[in-house]
Amino acid sequence: MSGEQSTSTEQHTIEHKPTYGIYILVWLVLVMLTGVTVAVAGINFGNITVATALTIAVIKSYLVLTFFMHLKAESAMFKIFVSVALLFLLISIALLFSDYSFL
Amino acid sequence: MSSVAEHTTEHVHRDDLGSRMGIWLFLFTELVLFGGMFLVYAVYRFMYQHEFHIAAKELNTLIGTLNTLILLTSSLTMVLAIVAIRKDNKYLSIFFQMVTILLAFGFMVNKYFEWTTKIHHGIYPGSETLLAKGNGEVLFFGLYYVMTGLHGLHVLIGMVLIGVMTRFTMTGTVNSDKYIHLEAAGLYWHLVDIIWIFLFPLFYLIT
Amino acid sequence: MQSDVNSVGYLDYKGKHSGILAWILSTDHKRIGLLYLMSTLSFFAVGVTFGFLMRLELIAPGRTIMDAQTYNSIFTLHGIIMIFLFIIPGLPAVFGNFFLPILIGAKDVAFPRLNLLSWWLYIGGGLLAIISVFLPGGPVDTGWTFYIPYSIRTGTNVLPALMAAFILGFSSILTGLNFIVTIHRLRAPGMSFFKMPLFVWSLYATAWVQILATPIIGITLLLVVIERIFGVGLFDPALGGDPVLYQHLFWIYSHPAVYIMILPAMGVISEIIPVFAHRTIFGYKFIAFSSLAIALFGSMVWAHHMFTVGMSDTAQIIFSLLTFLVAIPSAIKVFNWVATLYKGSISTDPPLLYALAFIFLFSIGGFTGLIQGALSVNMHIHDTSFIVAHFHYVMFGGTGFGIFAAMHYWFPKMFGKMYNMKTAKVGFWTLFVGFNVLYFPMFVMGWLGMPRRYYDYLPEFHIYHFISTIGSWILITGLIIMFTNFIKALRSKTKFTEINPWGGETLEWSIPNVPPLENFEVIPTITAAPYEYKDNEELLTKEEN
Repeated sequence: MSGEQSTSTEQHTIEHKPTYGIYILVWLVLVMLTGVTVAVAGINFGNITVATALTIAVIKSYLVLTFFMHLKAESAMFKIFVSVALLFLLISIALLFSDYSFL
Repeated sequence: MSSVAEHTTEHVHRDDLGSRMGIWLFLFTELVLFGGMFLVYAVYRFMYQHEFHIAAKELNTLIGTLNTLILLTSSLTMVLAIVAIRKDNKYLSIFFQMVTILLAFGFMVNKYFEWTTKIHHGIYPGSETLLAKGNGEVLFFGLYYVMTGLHGLHVLIGMVLIGVMTRFTMTGTVNSDKYIHLEAAGLYWHLVDIIWIFLFPLFYLIT
Repeated sequence: MQSDVNSVGYLDYKGKHSGILAWILSTDHKRIGLLYLMSTLSFFAVGVTFGFLMRLELIAPGRTIMDAQTYNSIFTLHGIIMIFLFIIPGLPAVFGNFFLPILIGAKDVAFPRLNLLSWWLYIGGGLLAIISVFLPGGPVDTGWTFYIPYSIRTGTNVLPALMAAFILGFSSILTGLNFIVTIHRLRAPGMSFFKMPLFVWSLYATAWVQILATPIIGITLLLVVIERIFGVGLFDPALGGDPVLYQHLFWIYSHPAVYIMILPAMGVISEIIPVFAHRTIFGYKFIAFSSLAIALFGSMVWAHHMFTVGMSDTAQIIFSLLTFLVAIPSAIKVFNWVATLYKGSISTDPPLLYALAFIFLFSIGGFTGLIQGALSVNMHIHDTSFIVAHFHYVMFGGTGFGIFAAMHYWFPKMFGKMYNMKTAKVGFWTLFVGFNVLYFPMFVMGWLGMPRRYYDYLPEFHIYHFISTIGSWILITGLIIMFTNFIKALRSKTKFTEINPWGGETLEWSIPNVPPLENFEVIPTITAAPYEYKDNEELLTKEEN
């Protein structure tokens, strides 16, 4: 058994006390945000309409990632991993639009 | 020198952290897969802003909203199923898993009616009605069918996965000590939810 | 009866299955490595044959041995097979599988069954690619890039070829995923990230690119499939789509894929150089981090394949600049290798010869890459055989020679046999000469304006094509010498039991030749950094004083 393997028994629980409450709370917030995004969509903000919708979507995803997917309880390594993956997508879209925005 | 017996026992060593890492890495590939389609969407929306707005009017915001709520709720029941199994509450966990599958089924039923209505109105790839519209609208519906279709496929896969987990929970393969499989299915399910969180405003809310 | 895990080598180990099943159902990373070795080399043989036929056709202007349509199919298949079936899995899946767990002191990879699945997917994809040749409709003729709109218009078997590439991508992703988890979770006690051998570092960087970039090509090819089958408007300009967007998406993967191919080869060279110079590697951390830097920058330069398609000037300038930046980490590696050789006591055994050839050929490939990265020059040489020469110097002269280096370096460990040194050197020189005679003329004629992928050419290019074709014959002779040498060694009865023939300091050289099933009797505890040639280093310091 190597060092890292032997610690795995302690690491297989992701958080110490599982409770229902927090998840129901997060769900309520998610439902609320859905309401907001639908309501706001009717108003014409011009160019920032898309930005508003996407911001809300980002907040919702953040909640799902952090709570439902337990990212909050995971080690820093996982958080770095997620950032790397998101960074890759961001870089790709930014560089792609260096072409399309300046045509 | 270790014997065969030792060899087999050592090979079943558990590394749940490692397994979770593997699942997350897999989720990244799913994320980038949909990310690629979002890139396509972004470029075409940028090129055909006006036509995208017109085309989006064809979509039913109510069904979209309803499906969003359904998926969010199914994500909740999924995570509650994990809490239940960790509290050693086997039957409650099975109940939550079944509710999750039921909600997913509801999502697919809605999707079915949504698609059939569209097709009924003559809006489907290659149809005359669609080809008569502007290029931007053709692209919008192309992306709509492909992205929601591929997402729907993921929902179906998720339903099967959770179904298998329900079976595992019944047989005790998934239990209060070892629930990594259920967690894996859960992580997958939440990712399907996250993708929908982005699909929803991008297709239904741009009128 | 299953045999004891530690007393016999993995080749003689008797498990649950016997015969061929003991191989194709084995989850042992070493057996899977060998499965990949056999399959990649088989596909390599097919790819070489196609290349040979292309060169033969081009020996003289006009029709020589085949018609133009066949020629189009052959260069397409040559590309698809060499890239997806040989170079991409050539190092990670073969030597990565075999040696990654050993190098970090583990018994196997993190997910052995997933590992086997990767191989099955690889074989499935490979077979589909081969089958697509024989289906009605004819072999695919789009070039390996499947550019829109031709790929949705042509009547050839694009669909099976696309699906094959999709499945192969899946296989590559799963290998990458497995390696990342293995490296994070299964290192022996004491092996911190900075005590890992550099091959492991390069595999780690590669694995990330595999995971993050491959899905993009997956979805892109899938979109083309959907577009072809259902007529959904996605890229087709007739439906308002943008073919350039397809090219963007294609290269978002396919340029990083180039680094999937070259990074592991750089890792192999970083293993070989210190061993045969008997010196501690110069600049360990720089080499390690340059792998990550290459992976990062490599993901940001894709559009330099598209300088002539009419992108915005801003994009052209940004991508050109970023392209030059990739040269920095690559150069860091080259300098560090050369610095390691300096004042070493060098033994010029076959693995080192291949490693040196790698540095030489890769440098030529790299420098010509910079030439193409410059916008104005790119206009002149875009889509000429200059490009063909460039990427063959990098992919074949680089990765190909890296694979051969790895084969010569690890052969005794993998099989417990030793090849003939003299023949190996003869093979090397024939290969090296053949390589340069084959590809160098392409630089010249490309510069003079010979377009790539052309079936016919003007008489003024005849001499270069002629020399190049002669080169292909020399190169193939070299390959035959090399592989006959290996096969002879494998068939010989003499066992090679010297555990550490080259004087390596990494973990694979501490276990028996033909390692046992679980590699280590006792998992080692690591205290020192890799490549510590203390005696030699002390000698050097004394000399300097």
